[in-house]
Amino acid sequence: MSAPTLIVATTLPRVGVLAACAQVLRRDLRLAVRRPTQLIQPLAFFAVVTLLFPLGYTPELGKLRAIAPGVLWVAALLASMLTLDSLFREDATDGTLEQFVVSGQPLVALLAAKTLAHWLLTGLPLTLMAPILGIALGVPTAAMPGILFALGLGSITLSLIGAMGAGLTLGVRRGGVLLSLLTLPLAVPVLVFGARATELAIAGDSLTGPLYLLGALAVLGVTLAPLAAAAAVRIGLE
Amino acid sequence: MSEFLAMDGYAMFLWPAYAVTLLALVANIVIARRAHAAARLEARRRLAIEEEESQQS
Amino acid sequence: MNWTWFHRLASPPHIYGIAGTLTPWFAWPAGMLIVTALYAGLVLAPPDYQQGEGFRIIYVHAPSAWLSVMVYGVMATAAAVGLIWRMKVAHAVAASCAGIGAWFTVVSLITGMLWGKPMWGTYWVWDPRLTAQLILLFLFFGYMGLRAGIDDLGRADRASAVLAIIGVINIPIIRYSVEWWNSIHQAPSVMKMDRPSMPMDMLLPLLMMLLGFTLYFAAVLLVRLRAEILRRERSAGWLKEALR
Repeated sequence: MSAPTLIVATTLPRVGVLAACAQVLRRDLRLAVRRPTQLIQPLAFFAVVTLLFPLGYTPELGKLRAIAPGVLWVAALLASMLTLDSLFREDATDGTLEQFVVSGQPLVALLAAKTLAHWLLTGLPLTLMAPILGIALGVPTAAMPGILFALGLGSITLSLIGAMGAGLTLGVRRGGVLLSLLTLPLAVPVLVFGARATELAIAGDSLTGPLYLLGALAVLGVTLAPLAAAAAVRIGLE
Repeated sequence: MSEFLAMDGYAMFLWPAYAVTLLALVANIVIARRAHAAARLEARRRLAIEEEESQQS
Repeated sequence: MNWTWFHRLASPPHIYGIAGTLTPWFAWPAGMLIVTALYAGLVLAPPDYQQGEGFRIIYVHAPSAWLSVMVYGVMATAAAVGLIWRMKVAHAVAASCAGIGAWFTVVSLITGMLWGKPMWGTYWVWDPRLTAQLILLFLFFGYMGLRAGIDDLGRADRASAVLAIIGVINIPIIRYSVEWWNSIHQAPSVMKMDRPSMPMDMLLPLLMMLLGFTLYFAAVLLVRLRAEILRRERSAGWLKEALR
């Protein structure tokens, strides 16, 4: 059965922007829910990568606690990139993206809706899983809220950066690896601030500083990334 | 002279650094000139093909 | 305002010709400056009281690092101009910059490592400057990879232009985050060589090198630009004349 096509272009009266975005969001969520195995994959990857570190390094929780921030963030970053490639590619192949472009709705808004869907399906679950994996790395329970906040904010920015990369690599055959190469350097600030926030949370100190910085990055991302993604998608669909 | 080359013990680091830089400077000139030559050749070929085609039509 | 003069100025045949004429005007002064600076830096400048003769690496490290960052800036600016005003020549400039920038980023990393080993004991330190250079290298690779991955030249131009603009906006953010990261973990910032506090006989060769490298970049860019313009021109009458 083919993917349900959007009817924003032909519905009368004209659908408002927010309603169109809601349609896009609902569609992406519905499509993803039909393939639960694909939903689980980034989570499983996150878990496997994180759990490899004790095996590769040491079982001592004290030592693991010291590297936990880095491990959790790098693993989350890599896991969230797994689903980025399919963010726009499937819609580009079946023509839905073109419908977006000609629909008369602002492409920026529709792509922002798709990015939100990606975050809800990947970033948010990863964030919720992180404290559990943290236990395996010796992270104290008191640190859990801090980790949730940090990863929650950071994963938003990561989804946004990923959307830009996915838009740019639309026209590239086997663009998955290139997508990672493009996205990872841009994700360095998120990684730096996020890992520091996690480190402070584990130590029991206040992590408001890095959290504010993560928030700033998220705001910057929300305002600019969809613009870049829309420009990239338009170029990629030519 | 050998004192100059020895650079007070830093020679092992200094001269390779200068050598790598010199390599980059020379390499970029060579690459640029080769690219231009190749582009000229390619453009000539394209022109020749187009002339042939327009003569045949 | 009438912009036709601008577009006429930036027409490929015009730029192709100008580039050819200008190249020696950049190349020769560049060569002379670099050779003079080399002599001044290696022979005339006195040894540093802290680092002895080893500090002389700065005469190749600093210009390379400068070049890597400046080239990315030129690349991003040209890409933006090409995207906004749809000028093929601007895209050609951006394409010509990438390889040069990547080369000198690598040189700055290698010379930085060769500076680090005798000074601070290890080949690599996670100093903010070196780390930023490393990330810059990946930004260049990403740009070149994206260009290579898209078959259509026009689309490659435009997509890589968007990427370059994203990159140039991100570079200050990345720089800041790396410095912040470094200061948090109290690693010493080792690559500092305060320029204003350098005595003139040490500083002058450095300035000459910086200028020489910049002019060198202009010369090499012009040659590569001519190649890129030729690649982008399909059937054009001026080609026949130019290639004669």
